[in-house]
Amino acid sequence: MPEPTTQDQPLADPVKQQAQADLATPEPMYGGAVFAPQVDILEMEDELTLLADMPGVDLDGVDIHFENSELTLYGRAARRDEGVEFIHREYGVGNFHRAFTIGPSIDSSKISAQLSDGVLTVHLPKTEAVKPRRIEVTAGY
Amino acid sequence: MALTRWRAFHDPLDDVNRLQEQMSRLFSRLGANDRAAAPAYPSLNLWQDGDYIYVESELPGLKLGDLEIVVTGGNQLSIKGHREPALPDNAVWHRQERGYGDFSRLVRLPIDVDADHVAATLKNGVLTIKLPKHAEAKPRKIAVTGG
Repeated sequence: MPEPTTQDQPLADPVKQQAQADLATPEPMYGGAVFAPQVDILEMEDELTLLADMPGVDLDGVDIHFENSELTLYGRAARRDEGVEFIHREYGVGNFHRAFTIGPSIDSSKISAQLSDGVLTVHLPKTEAVKPRRIEVTAGY
Repeated sequence: MALTRWRAFHDPLDDVNRLQEQMSRLFSRLGANDRAAAPAYPSLNLWQDGDYIYVESELPGLKLGDLEIVVTGGNQLSIKGHREPALPDNAVWHRQERGYGDFSRLVRLPIDVDADHVAATLKNGVLTIKLPKHAEAKPRKIAVTGG
């Protein structure tokens, strides 16, 4: 199915997820298993907020790229599963990678991010043109 | 194209499913080869060395104060916690994949531990619980003497 042109994209769907396998695809940049982080995306009046779970990733391990309307999140987690004698395993440890296509309603120059307790928060401010505005009504004569 | 489940609004059925999961995971037994078929939250990895058992779990967004970790009966480890949903005023959800709410898991450790000296750390959303093996459960070197 062809993607709609960016001009036709309604504001209600400004972030589109790219095709990403859910689990363990090879990722040439860091090596090892790579997982798609679980994300929440919320829209508020003046911005979209993206929350991504990246447990085990510290500030040095985060890379956020924005190029050609594509927002790419990388998280590099320290290996914690090497050389240990496992008794029981329910999850794999690896790095995180996920990409999103950002619509034209986001001001890419003002994107900012924080990392706290393994949760990456990315703020995607809307462009002035699409922010809701209060229209002053004056009495007419 | 691999799509993640998309949910604009909170589905009340999820609460029912979550409860069912919580019930089914009560007293789940940990063994060497029973890779959990049923989803249990939080997922746990266990490993050991000569003196300790280590239990690790990925709990992004939580602080130690959000967790209650209890060892009872020498080998039963209980982990309870709560994750607050991100719910700013007037927000519209475009995607919601991260879980939130109350969770608890009770597991039986394969070896008795010293419940008085359990240490837990939470760093970058990764919980690590270090449990000293009970003296009687530690591996012992047996001196072999010539007869």
